[in-house]
Amino acid sequence: MSAVASYVAVEDTRSEGVWVAAWRRLRNDRFGMVSLAVVIAFLLLILASAVGLVAKNWQKEVGVPNAPPTFVGSAPKETGSDPLARIVPKDAKLVDLSDIDPLAPKYKEWAERAAKIQVTETPKAETLPFGGDRLGRDVLDKAIKGAEISIFVGVFAAVLATFIGTVLGALAGYAGGKIGDFLEWVYNVFTSVPDILLIFAFAAVFGRGIDTVVLILGLAGWTGMYRQVRAEYIKHRTREYVRAAEAIGVSHTARMFVHILPNVSHVVLVRMSLLVVGFIKAEVILSFLGLGVPVDQVSWGTMLSEAQSELVLGYWWQLAAATIFMAVFVTAFSLLTDALRDALDPKLR
Amino acid sequence: MAAYILRRLWQMIPTLAGVILLVFFLFKFFGGDPAEILGGLLATPEQIQAIRQQLGLNDPWYVQLWIFVKSIFSFSWGNSWATSEAVSNIFATRLPATLTVMVPILILDVVLGVCAAMAVAYVRGSITDRTIMVISTVMLSISFLVYIIVGQWLFGFYLGWFPVQGWTDSFWTNLTTYAVLPVMLAVFVGLAPQTRLYRSFFLDELGHDYVRTARAKGVSENKILFKHVLRNALIPVLTNVSVQLPGIFIGSFLIETFFSIPGLGREVLLAVNRSDYPVIQAVTVYLAVLTMFINLIADILYKAVDPRVVLR
Repeated sequence: MSAVASYVAVEDTRSEGVWVAAWRRLRNDRFGMVSLAVVIAFLLLILASAVGLVAKNWQKEVGVPNAPPTFVGSAPKETGSDPLARIVPKDAKLVDLSDIDPLAPKYKEWAERAAKIQVTETPKAETLPFGGDRLGRDVLDKAIKGAEISIFVGVFAAVLATFIGTVLGALAGYAGGKIGDFLEWVYNVFTSVPDILLIFAFAAVFGRGIDTVVLILGLAGWTGMYRQVRAEYIKHRTREYVRAAEAIGVSHTARMFVHILPNVSHVVLVRMSLLVVGFIKAEVILSFLGLGVPVDQVSWGTMLSEAQSELVLGYWWQLAAATIFMAVFVTAFSLLTDALRDALDPKLR
Repeated sequence: MAAYILRRLWQMIPTLAGVILLVFFLFKFFGGDPAEILGGLLATPEQIQAIRQQLGLNDPWYVQLWIFVKSIFSFSWGNSWATSEAVSNIFATRLPATLTVMVPILILDVVLGVCAAMAVAYVRGSITDRTIMVISTVMLSISFLVYIIVGQWLFGFYLGWFPVQGWTDSFWTNLTTYAVLPVMLAVFVGLAPQTRLYRSFFLDELGHDYVRTARAKGVSENKILFKHVLRNALIPVLTNVSVQLPGIFIGSFLIETFFSIPGLGREVLLAVNRSDYPVIQAVTVYLAVLTMFINLIADILYKAVDPRVVLR
């Protein structure tokens, strides 16, 4: 077996490809590998939540309202289970109103009817692994489901922005001339409006919803990608390999997307992972402001907006859960992006 | 120089036209029907029709575009649909509050950011440098919202050092009482990314030949950093500040929402939630114009601080 391997090694004198080399460099980066593992773990988690393996019942009210986390212990029982007992003094005589109360004859009948109705009292947990929200929903399940929505929005918005930016950038950089001028004009128009205003303007006309957020962020965020891809294409379009392709009669489209694109794809990939981080943060803010995901869904942003009023009452766990989940994922993803950039573009170091 | 400025102004025209077209068609084709938004849920078809007539919505699109363009250049946007307040009045009364918060933030951000970046660049490559970079990465990954929520709760509610929210008519009271906590929190959050960015500017400069020459002739490391490198690194800092400058008019919308500051950012957010199109359109177009002018001024300043720059 080893003989075969060494034989192949001698025979194959091609230098290693850019992706193989990048992977080799990435593997040597300890920070990069750890963050890659965390990101993959998160992706598996949201995949499991998307197909319903975990956090399927996040909307079920499994605990008492604002159930504290298990490691804190259940909330102290309020003294005197009847809230009226605290207000009404013990020796007070209740006034008998039954002779003037018009509903008095019906009370008995209603009580009988109410007794007939079967009420299944589901036992509600006093504590939950990471606490419950104001309805008694499990915060941990919510955070997992929220991760699914937030990461989904971040990734798909980044894919959309990358698609728009790459296609337009390739066109502008490769074609130049009139098309290039026109696309430069579009770029100038989009960048002259501050990003956040562009997002607000889109949000005002497109309404709410998960796919709308993806659309808004994608449409507002493609300009950076466009700029970089365009610069790369201007650099590449006169290179020998492109001229050689032209000489053997390769079409413009094929030259743009079959020949040049793989050579700039590492730039696109790094830029795209930067976009993912930015868009996840933007989604959280938009959802917090009520411009993002609808109320029947959960994302890290909607969790934070609930947490704001809970914190004043001393229920800190929802805030902590959303913050920890988001911080871990975004930190890992940012470190992975750094590692990826180092691995794919060693000249930058 | 005059020729350069003239040409730049000339080049703004197509961009401005593009912004106007973008805003106009965005709201025309994708936005809801203004007459139905204005009329409300109880409006009769006749009322809707009357509003359409009044707004000129029954005219062909090019007539409507012309009305839109005229309102931009005559600064007459009419009234807000939600509150009937004149749009120009909204600008005039909300802007001071926004600037009261944002100008101190910008100044403190730049001054503290440059100082911190210089300190980090001074100890570059050491374990301190590495630790600070990791901490700032982690800090950056936590949403701005969390800092405001926790900060407002901790300093305003729990410790009671600052008012939780509020605003008055007196500029001085606002600046010294109500703006302190929002400004502090925003600067605290902005410091980590600023330091990271400015550090890279300093490190870029440290790799240049003139630094090596200065070292070779025996200039002390402090003098190199504070005299030679600082001056050169301030050029990219200036560019970065000019990029942020347009944002100060709107960028504080989160802070304004949390602390109930009657500023422009909060107003725009309210307008988005109420589908108050005139306010959104006016802010978008005028801020785009402002951004173009700020960029022009930044380029001219760039020339002033760095004579090597050739304006073309």
